[in-house]
Amino acid sequence: MRNADVVIVGGGPAGLAAAVRLYDLGITDIVILEREHQPGGILKQCIHDGFGLTRFKETLSGPEYAKRFVDEAQKRGIPCITDTTVIDVSADKVVTAAHADGMIVIQAKAVILTMGCRERTRGAISIPGTRPAGVMTAGVAQAYINLQNRMIGKEVVILGSGDIGMIMARRMTLEGAHVQAVFEVLPTPSGLPRNIEQCLNDYGIPLYLSHTVTDIRGEGRLTGITVAAVDERMQPIPGTEKDYDCDTLILSVGLIPENELTIGAGAELDPKTKGAFVDEFCQTTVPGIFAAGNVLHVHDLVDFVSMEAESLAEGAAEYIKNGSLPKAGIAIACGENVGHTIPQRISGEKSFHLSLRVRKVMKECTLTVSQGEHVLLTRKMKKALPAEMINLNIDAKKLKGTDDLEVKVV
Amino acid sequence: MTRDFTCIVCPNGCDLTAEYEQDAKGIRVLRVTGNLCSKGDTYARQELTAPMRTIATSVLVEGGTAPLVSVRLDRTIPKERIFDVMAAIRRVSVKAPVVTGQVIIENVLGLESNVIATKDIAAK
Repeated sequence: MRNADVVIVGGGPAGLAAAVRLYDLGITDIVILEREHQPGGILKQCIHDGFGLTRFKETLSGPEYAKRFVDEAQKRGIPCITDTTVIDVSADKVVTAAHADGMIVIQAKAVILTMGCRERTRGAISIPGTRPAGVMTAGVAQAYINLQNRMIGKEVVILGSGDIGMIMARRMTLEGAHVQAVFEVLPTPSGLPRNIEQCLNDYGIPLYLSHTVTDIRGEGRLTGITVAAVDERMQPIPGTEKDYDCDTLILSVGLIPENELTIGAGAELDPKTKGAFVDEFCQTTVPGIFAAGNVLHVHDLVDFVSMEAESLAEGAAEYIKNGSLPKAGIAIACGENVGHTIPQRISGEKSFHLSLRVRKVMKECTLTVSQGEHVLLTRKMKKALPAEMINLNIDAKKLKGTDDLEVKVV
Repeated sequence: MTRDFTCIVCPNGCDLTAEYEQDAKGIRVLRVTGNLCSKGDTYARQELTAPMRTIATSVLVEGGTAPLVSVRLDRTIPKERIFDVMAAIRRVSVKAPVVTGQVIIENVLGLESNVIATKDIAAK
């Protein structure tokens, strides 16, 4: 067994950003373990542009955005061991990984979990029907088309209005496929308004809200599906069924943080985010194990993934030097219309970054962060969408005592 | 007359409203509201008169460690030329190695926009 100050699990945008910032803070004994053959994570297949507007003030494609961080890590000589799958992270921070040359076992002082997320599949939403080829998630379709040079179909229907689904609707149209429609079971779109505009409206692809797929047909290859309108309880309304002939059904029905290793390490998960409970240092409930990026909560923009990962570096560096961080005794409660917050608890000793999402679409609303009767912060917003993360900086000087905080949007 | 837009310039996705007049001479934009920055104003005016877009796709690589290199346009093109540009991009291939930023097609279809690589692909 070898030793390292920090082991980072996953060389995507979060892992790379954390590594670079830690190095610059003087923690140079870092190892990144990456499952794929190259670092960069999912950005390698996200060839569309629009990345980096917040972080770099310019619009980049996914591979270009990733390269900025890959280059920074390489410039510092931070080792990234690729083709390596981490199979266990223990509570005492022993990381075990499988590699073609044999097992890698590292005793780390701190572990940073940046495994990202994975897509919900047909199984997760239980669509009835046969099981033909031609039904796949948007990310899989994206990998076939953008990495493998394989066109996946000609007549396409998309279920779910997630951003990747809409981006693939445009991508497949550009490559000559006919995308008939996008159906969303919820009454509001899941993806960003700009993607509805530039990926669907630009190409005349209709978006039907409160609709879902109720049947899948075809032996061998997909031949058609049935779609129905749903009621407010998301149940199909009899009599509204309509058949569509298609050879491809793309699912963009949500992302789930990939937390098997987190659970194995003994860290508690938040049922709201499906990621770890963390304090303002992005430290999980296991001391010295940190998490950032889509493994912690699904982000809307990669820019915020990088920023979150960078923000944990200071706390992780302090943990490595002192062996502990201030105890986080103040909880942050989700008040009215707030779906989740990151962090879920804080020490109260440090100013911190607060991320959250609202539960429903609201216009002309006010966000309030309070501590009992004491209001720390209010922010007026023209609109708040569940598809968009809200990011705030909270000044520690505004905190009064150690009562719990509440965030609400009304 | 007014028309509403969702701004696509950045993730804020502002809800824009443009007031305009239209006659035989064309469209004159009077005012744009709802934008958080000046780019929204420019976008709405352009959208009403001559919509511009960028595209991202891929190009075949010969002798590379991957079959494709991702590409994008470095400047926007008229929206109605998107499929012409796609056809032009589909006709080319490139020999490995390819580096990020490398110009794959210069001044594509005379639209004053270059098709540039967005990924490094090493030679096999």
